[in-house]
Amino acid sequence: MKDTDAVFKALADPHRRELLDRLYESNGQTLGELCKGLPMARQSVSQHLDVLEAANLIAIEWRGREKLHYVNPVPIHEIYERWIRKHEAQRLAALHEFKTKLERGRK
Amino acid sequence: MNAERFVYVTYIASTPDKVFRALLDGELTRQYWKHTNESDWKPGSKWRSVADDGKGTVRIVGTVVEMVPNRRLVLTWAAGPEAADPAQHSRVAIDLETVGAMVRVTVTHEELGTDMARAVTNGWPRVLSSLKSFLETGRPLDTWAS
Repeated sequence: MKDTDAVFKALADPHRRELLDRLYESNGQTLGELCKGLPMARQSVSQHLDVLEAANLIAIEWRGREKLHYVNPVPIHEIYERWIRKHEAQRLAALHEFKTKLERGRK
Repeated sequence: MNAERFVYVTYIASTPDKVFRALLDGELTRQYWKHTNESDWKPGSKWRSVADDGKGTVRIVGTVVEMVPNRRLVLTWAAGPEAADPAQHSRVAIDLETVGAMVRVTVTHEELGTDMARAVTNGWPRVLSSLKSFLETGRPLDTWAS
């Protein structure tokens, strides 16, 4: 599950989460646009973007010589399916078992 | 920069022809998308996406703009009241590219109105995650249940 490792590692950094939030607010920004108002060196932002890109959390599109960054929520959705819905399903199954046991006990 | 443009990417352990077939074959889309996609997929032809709800509700309609087998599919895309006015159709490009043992699937959806943008941001990650699961494990995700 190497892909998932990369996603969790990329999301473990608050700067990278902030970059994703900024792209969510305004999708398709250049490095220069993303750097505006951020207390981070351009080189750090660039490195964080590389990590996000490697984890497939951002998609890149070239428009001429401009590199545009788009937030890609597909891996996050996979984590949701893998971890969140699964636990929801287990809770429902536990509740079902609880109910079945109680009802059986009543007879 | 354009807020009404989205790019979604997923990597699927499969082959371009299998991924492409999974996008065009209505019986396959029904399994992982819960919609039957119908068309002869020729440029200029109409296409539509019919809900698997037993009533045959048509959810999405549009025109095939471009079709390069196993490489690229471009569609116009509209729902509900937008459908009658081609000027309001959004545009979807699906590109397939082999990367090592994987296929990179890139969905670019643009020229979106606000309502459709909301539906699309909710929809594509589910469709692509389910497509990936369907092709890699043989089972779609149970993502449409609720």
